[in-house]
Amino acid sequence: MLSLIGIVVVVVGFVARLNPLLVVTTAALVTGVAGGLGPVEVLETFGKAFKENRYVSVVWVVLPVIGLLERGGLQERAKALIGQVKAATTGRLLLLYFILRQATAALGLTSLGGHAQMVRPLIAPMAEAAAEAHHGPLPDPTRQELRAHSAAVDNIALFFGEDIFIAIASILLIKGFLEQNGILVEPLQLSVWAIPTAFVALVVHGARLMLLDRRLAKTLADGRGE
Amino acid sequence: MIGLEALYLIGGAFFAAIAVLSARDATNPKRWKNTAFWGLFAVSFLFGSHLPDAVNGAVVIGMVLVAGFGGLGRGEPATTTPAERAQSAARLGNRLFLPALAIPATALTGTFLFKRPELAGVVDPKQATLVSLILGVFAALVIALPMMRARPGVALQEGRRLLDTVGWAAVLPQMLAALGAVFAAAGVGEAIGQIAGQWLPDGSRFAAVAAYTFGMAIFTMIMGNAFAAFPVMTAGIGLPLIVLRFGGDPAIVGAVGMLSGFCGTLMTPMAANFNVVPAALLELSDRNGVIRAQVPTALLLLLANTALMYVLAFRF
Repeated sequence: MLSLIGIVVVVVGFVARLNPLLVVTTAALVTGVAGGLGPVEVLETFGKAFKENRYVSVVWVVLPVIGLLERGGLQERAKALIGQVKAATTGRLLLLYFILRQATAALGLTSLGGHAQMVRPLIAPMAEAAAEAHHGPLPDPTRQELRAHSAAVDNIALFFGEDIFIAIASILLIKGFLEQNGILVEPLQLSVWAIPTAFVALVVHGARLMLLDRRLAKTLADGRGE
Repeated sequence: MIGLEALYLIGGAFFAAIAVLSARDATNPKRWKNTAFWGLFAVSFLFGSHLPDAVNGAVVIGMVLVAGFGGLGRGEPATTTPAERAQSAARLGNRLFLPALAIPATALTGTFLFKRPELAGVVDPKQATLVSLILGVFAALVIALPMMRARPGVALQEGRRLLDTVGWAAVLPQMLAALGAVFAAAGVGEAIGQIAGQWLPDGSRFAAVAAYTFGMAIFTMIMGNAFAAFPVMTAGIGLPLIVLRFGGDPAIVGAVGMLSGFCGTLMTPMAANFNVVPAALLELSDRNGVIRAQVPTALLLLLANTALMYVLAFRF
């Protein structure tokens, strides 16, 4: 039970808004010591785990390309393109991205989206431009909210699409776990039962995006308007 | 065979370049902190596989001490003005999308290609997607650099501009993954499972289903990862109660249980790569801005999952 002290550190640290790197490291060291490891062993365990998870950070190598394209006006081009489409509202645009992201994730193509590759250079600027085209210049809080919604669409569509694919890590984890407990299920059986939730996610979040459009129209009514 | 080690060398070279460029940027008042932070990260990438684990641990502690107190600074690499960007966008037009789309296109083609038997041994099949993604980055650079008449150094400086906007949060996902490993070694999951087991409602099917789905979401919020929560909660509640005692279908319980965990992922800063990193990348003033946008959907989906499991699991 003493090992749970690390969780207390994490929760208190995040609530107190301390620097997360400090919080996480402290939690790891405290947990290790509480778990009966010596100081050097704790350092070794944490160092080894950090080293073995370097693949998580490899994706940052994408940043020079994204930065270079921003320098060349990619965001501006994306905005211009969406500004020409009269029917494009923020909500409809994000819903379209939701559907594409969910459908491709369901086919196992999870690397087609992402915050660094798609959301920052393309989706967020387009969401802002679509709102600007209808309502004029955006106040900063609205701009920030639209960006947050762009990131949210990428996450939600991914989470509730990928499990429809039979070879995704989470499906294999479920299958492996059940198998250890003597229950044999086929990946297909599992992925089929991910479909109802995927459908509900599309409906729920789609409805929220349509409401977002309405709210933008209402709060930004002083702008150019429709 | 091209595998993770090759990618680590590429990543290490990138972070080393960031450290050097940061050192030479006098506009950044904290440039030496940035240099130390990314320099240490480069050491971990380039030499981590060969260093003793205690040294790897010391490198991490060094990074945390540099960034944990007072944070990192933000450099101001030369970039284009909005007017110049508009001009460039008009000149290059839709050609600008070509390199951006080359990254996912290469990632996709590579993932399929490198798993074919004719190409076995070229790329580690387990890392095919990650290797292909990085290949896609180089493909995009090959297209974009001549198109924009830029030298590779310009791309590195633009990369530093973006990496500085993310700052130390760029390392947080990896740090949390390491924390998860320490938690696992110390038996944190089992301890939580025991507590959850003591609170178990008996008797009602609905109470068992709700305890499982909400337990998955809450445990995932604490650990930042549904994969860590799934074995513990399913061994504690899902299997013994819903499947064995009430006769629920294990495939439905497992699939919907995992998706309930994903609802938790949407609501926690512990899932840094999905929630904290994009907030930094999109320059939101509120670190929890993305979570705020997700919470209503996450809660509704958690209710939906509970209802779906209750309605479906005992019927099929």
